[in-house]
Amino acid sequence: MATRAIAIEDVKSGEQSEAVYEHPFVVRLCHWLNAICLFVMVGSGLQIFRAFPSFGAKIPQKDLLHWPKAFALGGWLGGALQWHLTFMWIYIATGLLYVGYQVFSGNYKQVLFVRRDIPGIWPMVRHYFFFGPKPPAREAYNPLQKHAYTSAIGLGALSVLTGIAIWKPVQFSWLASLMGGFHWARLWHFLIMWALLAFVFGHLVMVVLHGWNNFVSMFTGWKKDPEYRVQ
Amino acid sequence: MSSPISRRKFSSVSRREVLKLTPMVALGAFAIPKLQKPLLKGGLAVSDWASAKLFRSGRLAPTFDDSEVTPFSKFPINDYDVDDPEVDLEHWTLNVSGAVQKAGEYTLAQIQAFPKITQNTRHLCVEGWDVIGRFGGTRLSDFLNSIGADPAARFVSVECADDYYESLDMPTAMHRQTLLCYEMYDQPLTREHGAPLRLQIPTKVGYKQAKYLTRLTVSHVIDRVGYWEDQGYSSFYGL
Repeated sequence: MATRAIAIEDVKSGEQSEAVYEHPFVVRLCHWLNAICLFVMVGSGLQIFRAFPSFGAKIPQKDLLHWPKAFALGGWLGGALQWHLTFMWIYIATGLLYVGYQVFSGNYKQVLFVRRDIPGIWPMVRHYFFFGPKPPAREAYNPLQKHAYTSAIGLGALSVLTGIAIWKPVQFSWLASLMGGFHWARLWHFLIMWALLAFVFGHLVMVVLHGWNNFVSMFTGWKKDPEYRVQ
Repeated sequence: MSSPISRRKFSSVSRREVLKLTPMVALGAFAIPKLQKPLLKGGLAVSDWASAKLFRSGRLAPTFDDSEVTPFSKFPINDYDVDDPEVDLEHWTLNVSGAVQKAGEYTLAQIQAFPKITQNTRHLCVEGWDVIGRFGGTRLSDFLNSIGADPAARFVSVECADDYYESLDMPTAMHRQTLLCYEMYDQPLTREHGAPLRLQIPTKVGYKQAKYLTRLTVSHVIDRVGYWEDQGYSSFYGL
């Protein structure tokens, strides 16, 4: 896949630097739409959860945790459901647009974790968590990044499927059965939210660690002074 | 790589790329208090529209073995007002009106004259909990057919002894599992569970299962949907 690169020249000093076009418009658009959707879906989802913070019986009710109202969206169950049932359409549309674009443009090769990325996982883990040497960067995303992003897309798809199973447990009863029944589908939906939040946390830590040029690239598409050379 | 461009040119290229994202600002409308309410109402309406489209008359709600039924003592009692609105069971009748050929007062015996359906189905509350209950009653469709309800009518609405009110879309009202329920757990409805007659609709969320019915109206338009719906809950909430 051809990644576009340009050389930038400082007119006064003649100094040259480089930038690569890493994030196409649709990818950036979907990224930020999804960030907003996740914020709303998680916030309203937690408010919905507050109405019955348990995964067991109603009588007797054993609450799993008391989530503070200050960290939830919608104010009350009805309000939270309005947010949730409105933004789920934007969330789904964004997901479909993203996946459709990646597939048809071929841009998925930049991010999709494939078998040949497996050997690169351990060196990256050693670098990130055990102060190992930094493996040379050859492309936009290292194997561990690809794994994280590919997993996040998978989790997004599962969040929708588990959501449908608990929203329409009659029309899509087969989907609920596939997940082990209505109760399991509701629990999966909840656990997948936490998995997505864990991804977002790691993602934000990495954004901070990787500096300004990397952060700006998700707005402009262009990454200045990339760590890798474009062939 | 193409020939180098100046820093200034790169800045303008970058800026143009950022500006392409500006339509996203439209989502900020959700943060404006005045616009938020109508936008969310619209979003909920889209969901309700999609829900009605997803509804299949032939699709049955899952039914359960007797062994899976939640014990009667653990079937929650939910009201918005009182457990027992003190219905005079001796003189109770269901007032039927609207787009029907045989309007009037119907006794419990008249409603019970239709074939009795007994089903173990899930009762799912909007809050997220659920129980499996055992319900018995007359198919609402049998009753509607016998009173000559206009098949082109769009809604069946009910009023309750405790001032609760609800409405159903006609496809759901005609669904074969939708009951005018007069028995739970093979016993006549207790007062807390809606004696003498309640709705039981396994394809709808809990707040649609109105208790202590007093009036039933078949109509083409409704000016109010239901007690909870009119406060912001989903109008359709089909499962």
